Amino acid sequence: MFASNTRNLMRSSFLQRCKSTLVVAEHNNEALNPITLNTISAAKKIGGDVTVLVAGTKCGPASEALSKVEGVTKILVAENAAFKGFTSESLTPLIVAAQAQFKYTHILAGASAFGKNVLPRVAAKLDVSPISEVIDIKSEDTFVRTIYAGNAILTLKSKDPIKVITVRGTNFQPAATSGGSGAIEQAAAGDYASSLSEFVSQELTKSDRPELTGAKVIISGGRGLKSGDNFKLLYDLADKFGAAVGASRAAVDAGFVPNDLQIGQTGKIVAPDLYIAVGISGAIQHLAGMKDSKTIVAINKDPEAPIFQVADIGIVADLFKAVPELTGKL
Amino acid sequence: MARVLVGVKRVIDYAVKVRVKPDKTGVVTQGVKHSMNPFDEIAVEEAVKMKEKKLATEVIAVSVGPAQSAEVIRTAMAMGADRGVHVEVPQAEYELLQPIHISKILAKLALDEKADLVILGKQAIDDDANQTAQMTAAVLDWPQGTFCNKIEKTDAGLTITREIDGGLETIKTKIPAVLSADLRLNTPRYATLPNIMKAKKKPLKKVTAKDLGVDTTPRIDIISVEDPPVRQAGATVADVDALVAKLKEGGHI
Repeated sequence: MFASNTRNLMRSSFLQRCKSTLVVAEHNNEALNPITLNTISAAKKIGGDVTVLVAGTKCGPASEALSKVEGVTKILVAENAAFKGFTSESLTPLIVAAQAQFKYTHILAGASAFGKNVLPRVAAKLDVSPISEVIDIKSEDTFVRTIYAGNAILTLKSKDPIKVITVRGTNFQPAATSGGSGAIEQAAAGDYASSLSEFVSQELTKSDRPELTGAKVIISGGRGLKSGDNFKLLYDLADKFGAAVGASRAAVDAGFVPNDLQIGQTGKIVAPDLYIAVGISGAIQHLAGMKDSKTIVAINKDPEAPIFQVADIGIVADLFKAVPELTGKL
Repeated sequence: MARVLVGVKRVIDYAVKVRVKPDKTGVVTQGVKHSMNPFDEIAVEEAVKMKEKKLATEVIAVSVGPAQSAEVIRTAMAMGADRGVHVEVPQAEYELLQPIHISKILAKLALDEKADLVILGKQAIDDDANQTAQMTAAVLDWPQGTFCNKIEKTDAGLTITREIDGGLETIKTKIPAVLSADLRLNTPRYATLPNIMKAKKKPLKKVTAKDLGVDTTPRIDIISVEDPPVRQAGATVADVDALVAKLKEGGHI
């Protein structure tokens, strides 16, 4: 019994020492995506070494930025034409190879369209059950995430030897972008080109406004706006705040704005300092994406709209009168 | 392409406000309205459309879950699926089933049924995992087209428009492939009464995970399921001036 206790003790201290996390960086070959910084903070919460993998056709800008990020021990760089478009079919074998070489206990990425696409494929190749969009890390194997559109909070313990996790960016502070001294190393070379899929093109929504998921203030419009043209009212108001503009599913489905502005269970999750919901009723699915905002303002003509149940400040008024008036008074 | 496999999940209806069980083991499902996961309706619609365009010869609807999961397979058949496969899992075991298990089951069925395409919803609105399609593709070593906004068949394979964070992206994949439907892929049809009646006569095969050789050993322990923190309801203000004053008070302007 004594022997087995000692063994368990040794085993647990061994595991403790060897805890190490691989963060898969998200970037566009020009700049690091900020969600990677939030993910690095989550990795630090787990403890142990933090390595960040940068894969792409051009890795210089992201890896240089990462070498200064506080808490990053090592940056693994894989620059290769195979990673054009960051397809999961090419990235998965690279991540699996890095895992085989360095035996990470945790593999993390931000819960963005990129992370959601790639990490489950990696997890399946490692035969482990991935954990999506964690909002908190209790210990190295216990994680918190939301289910049912944020209406229940699940705390789970993973039994798998490798934890593959996506991280909800808004629940972790971004890591400091200075003060770090991570070493840049080349990832093991390999033939990662996949014939299964091929990136063709991207059609990105151009905007001078801040990116939705990182914005401090968001003005969001719903069905009540009645048309795409009327969104101009929100853009004018957003200009006063330097805010990003978001939308409910109804506004996207009606074609008022592009899909990448959708906030909610199946769109983006945001938690700005100030969220102004204009002409949005506040369906469960929309609330899932914004109810962690610090201050919520609702402008709606229906006093019964569910959005008023979560709003800190509400005004029952016609948005076509109230919004221009508000813009004028700021 | 010949055969399309569509995965459908029975979930608590999207309009229901879920209640957490007092013992914190899960949410109350008994006596609560269930229906097909909304993203899966879109997946079924796309598969049926492919058949109508003669791009597919047969659509097979699959659901993994307890006895009641057969209902969503019938719904899929009423929408136009030709036949169904119900992988029956007892309720207790089902509660700890994860996308990793489902993906292995779907991959096995895709091979057994000689499917050329597997279409799934991008996420189930209960566990919000957004994993099953990606994992099924990995198990099969097939390409994945996730968050599909548009799917076009070409001579060489598929051209897919995907919904990504900054806008849209186009990729090409080979066939066979696994696809996951986003909300804007299509508008699902309603099953008409005659089609609901006809669906009752369509073949529905029952198998177990064991029959398929898939190990369903739990990969997680549920520690707790709790209510989210409740937001303090605020006050409504009378006019825009009062709103501006409040925003000033809060330091927002």
